[in-house]
Amino acid sequence: MLKRRIIPCLDVKDGRVVKGIEFVALRDIGDPVEIAKYYDASGADELVFLDITASTERRQTMLDVVSAVARKVFIPLTVGGGIRSLEDISSLLKAGADKVSLNTLAVESPDLIKQAADRFGSQCIVIAIDVKFEDDEYFVYTYGGKHRTELRAVDWAKQVAALGAGELLVTSMNQDGRQSGYDLRILDLLRDAVDIPIIASGGAGNANHVVDALEKVDAALLASILHDRKTTVEEVKHVCSEHNLPMRFVTTPTD
Amino acid sequence: MKVAVIDYGMGNVFNVERALQAIGCYVTITNDPVVIEAADAILLPGVGAFPQAMQSLNETGLIPLLKRSAQEKPFLGICLGMQLLFESSTEGIPTEGLGLIEGRVERMRAKRLPHVGWNSILRDEDVYFVHSYHVVTDPVNVIASADYMGEDVPAIVQKGLVTGMQFHPEKSGAFGLSLLKEWKEAVEREITTGH
Repeated sequence: MLKRRIIPCLDVKDGRVVKGIEFVALRDIGDPVEIAKYYDASGADELVFLDITASTERRQTMLDVVSAVARKVFIPLTVGGGIRSLEDISSLLKAGADKVSLNTLAVESPDLIKQAADRFGSQCIVIAIDVKFEDDEYFVYTYGGKHRTELRAVDWAKQVAALGAGELLVTSMNQDGRQSGYDLRILDLLRDAVDIPIIASGGAGNANHVVDALEKVDAALLASILHDRKTTVEEVKHVCSEHNLPMRFVTTPTD
Repeated sequence: MKVAVIDYGMGNVFNVERALQAIGCYVTITNDPVVIEAADAILLPGVGAFPQAMQSLNETGLIPLLKRSAQEKPFLGICLGMQLLFESSTEGIPTEGLGLIEGRVERMRAKRLPHVGWNSILRDEDVYFVHSYHVVTDPVNVIASADYMGEDVPAIVQKGLVTGMQFHPEKSGAFGLSLLKEWKEAVEREITTGH
């Protein structure tokens, strides 16, 4: 049976994981490889690296991070943030990323979704949709939530699925950072609109919130509640499992 | 042990290379017949669509060599690379495959495709799948299957020296690596006792 997925999301700045605080088990709490290994061992099903570097050297730095992690950790790796072209996608995939997450670029050049899917395969194209509920509509935002577009989330989701997107990563801007639960309504609306996998993001404060989301969609992206050690991947999976959600538990020891 | 990973422009071969290196293989990504002849084992990767993959493979001129090698040394196909081992596919334009194992490739019936994510095989261990087509073959060739929305998905197939994995062992954590290790050990036995 297909499992629901738990996906830790790591913010990377200048080649170091930031916001990862309380990792007592690690020698170096900012090292992407150490943190990736820690999450892999605790049962993470995939990892997302979000590049929040502002400098012009971002590209090479991120490639180095991905390449170092991909040599040590053998679960799917997704990279998002600052991807501007097919060439950027190609170099990330060569460095070891399995998927890339596109947001602003996808909205500004939807044709690129199709080109990327044709060239690299749908399986590696994740479209990140930042949504905000206002004026009785779910609007799509770009530029890290700074710019409101006129796109409605459901229409946009259908469009990107038709263009060849492999998965959707849906972040509710209303809920993000509040730790009061996911926006379940938009997850319902999108689940009815498209058949591709949906990853819920934004709002998880505890394992029960994850259960609520995974009863509707395929995967949950987790950041602060893991990094702050409010809970662990294992704990979240056990709670999900108690609610009869199919989860993957790691039984083969890592070397 | 030397593994030739066939380079024909279909998909990401670098993570297969990294995983094989992690379990101690010497890996060359290549389309050079000399290197392929000299390898202990051959790995055919692949992501994308069947007809384009066969076309790309055809353009390398390697098909006769690959067919012959599959009779002589261990040959592993991963994901689309596994599907190419079979006789034909209905994906897009119906296309002939390598025909190393009897059977065909058909679109899955499940409503929600692709089949993406971790699914269990063998002793309830999970591996990472991404595909919309599956193989239809004699059960005697199928070593492990997964269940997706009530549909049976052949996950590991084997006939003679030819093995196929529908999932991505290189992305299936420690268990995926252990499957690659098992294959490596079988190849090493073949090297010492087979010839």
